[in-house]
Amino acid sequence: MEETKQEKPIEQPKPVPKEPKENPIDRLVVSSSPHFSTEDNVHKIMHTVILALLPACAASIYFFGLNALFLIITCIVACMATEYAFQKIRSKPVTITDGSAIITGILLALTLPPSFPLYAAVLGSVVAIGLGKQIFGGLGYNIFNPALLGRAFLQAAYPVLITTWSEPLTKAAKQGIDAVSAATPLALMKFEHKITPHLDLLFGNTAGSLGETSAIAIILGGLYLRYKGYINWKMPLGYFGSIAVFGGIFWLVNPLKYPDPLFHMLAGGAMLGAWFMVTDMVTTPTTPIGQWIFVIVAGFLVVIIRLLGGLPEGVMYSILLMNAFTPLINRHTRPKVFGEGGQGGLTG
Amino acid sequence: MAEYNLWHEFKKGLWQEIPPFRIALGMCPALAVTNSATNGIAMGLATFFVLLCANISVSAIRKIVPSQVRIATYVVIIALYVTVADMFLAAMFPPISKALGPYVPLIVVNCIILGRAEGFAQKHPIVPSIMDALGIGIGFTLSLALMGSIRELLGFGSILDIKLLGNWFEPWIIMILPAGAFFVFGFLVAIVNYLSSKKPAETHGH
Repeated sequence: MEETKQEKPIEQPKPVPKEPKENPIDRLVVSSSPHFSTEDNVHKIMHTVILALLPACAASIYFFGLNALFLIITCIVACMATEYAFQKIRSKPVTITDGSAIITGILLALTLPPSFPLYAAVLGSVVAIGLGKQIFGGLGYNIFNPALLGRAFLQAAYPVLITTWSEPLTKAAKQGIDAVSAATPLALMKFEHKITPHLDLLFGNTAGSLGETSAIAIILGGLYLRYKGYINWKMPLGYFGSIAVFGGIFWLVNPLKYPDPLFHMLAGGAMLGAWFMVTDMVTTPTTPIGQWIFVIVAGFLVVIIRLLGGLPEGVMYSILLMNAFTPLINRHTRPKVFGEGGQGGLTG
Repeated sequence: MAEYNLWHEFKKGLWQEIPPFRIALGMCPALAVTNSATNGIAMGLATFFVLLCANISVSAIRKIVPSQVRIATYVVIIALYVTVADMFLAAMFPPISKALGPYVPLIVVNCIILGRAEGFAQKHPIVPSIMDALGIGIGFTLSLALMGSIRELLGFGSILDIKLLGNWFEPWIIMILPAGAFFVFGFLVAIVNYLSSKKPAETHGH
């Protein structure tokens, strides 16, 4: 008898949720946030980003031929294989189908020179996914942009290979040769003070990394992402604005020595970085002020490295450096919760 | 003397407390001078020598040193042996001495040596202290040799200046840069942690 009495108060609440439709009080749902959900999920976002990267891939294959295609495929396969291996070893659910490893592979390939050896690209992919992402706990936990981390590793490991550029096929074919080694527009600007025409930069008819050449293909992809609502205007435009302002200051001081702001925006990796790396959801600040700080300082670093540093290009290091500061920026620019602060706040 | 398990005092430095992977001491030389196997071994042996002599000396005078001035006393003792090691290297192996640079004099402030003096030798008789120094010293030398070998193999394609990888191998320059030391160190710590988490029974055996 005693046992049944004890059970009763536990059984009683159960029938209440089972007859919800007639009792109006049940429409009053008490739950914690989030209260709204969207149809977006990791799959959908990642596949949209892949779609947005396709024009840039197509442009790179057009300008650099099969080399570019092989590089892109190698990086994608190596990234997915690394992700699979790491998640198997750590007995975690395997998430290679969510598309994030594919994006890392494509982005890494787009930062490499067309003549880059494939085995080195595999090494970069392993570092990008292994050290850049899975070591930290996988997608969403990584501090640094995985593709850029892989690129930085390759830059330090193979400093010669990664700065061996060749002219696009469109130019080499005119001279009747298969491949011509050449300097990138930024290196020409920095070491020989030659400015590449803006139109060449816009369409991609220059030497450089796969994704450094055709600005217009990347802009197309970026606009598509903006149309889908996965990136905001602030990040790419703030980054360009910062590069233009700081680059413009140098240009106004000495127009003969320093290139104009438009050159800064079109040349090198600024286009790819602005649309696809500064806008990364994981490794950039989430607060509105923090995002401004991120893009402005990153743009400043690009100009400083390009014009005053030892390297011709500074986009990679500017973004990686700011990635490192992202947690700090997030913490110090957190908006006030409603009712926080002040003296009479309810939440105290 | 019978209460000391001498074999245990020796063995613990080789795995259970192997520096710098299990006890994270002596990381400065482990990261700074392991850009080749030769440098790593030389640094390990120099540290080994100083550690052994310092442990014996500290253990021998452990009952007459007032505890207020013990650290200063140990540092003077260690500095003596470091000077010996430094001059020996400079006289016998000038290229290695040059390559190691200031890191040989810096053994004076190596945490492992002061740590073993403070943590072991000052509390134990000479024989166990010798066994402790042998274990930790050999463990440290092996660790530095391993780090140096990995970095030299990947950064130059050779070990102890013997070319192991053919011309097809494009050296990873990053491995002989400081950043490479951190990569290798992190990987080795991860491997050691993984192995010791897998067989806890063996590390606590005997």
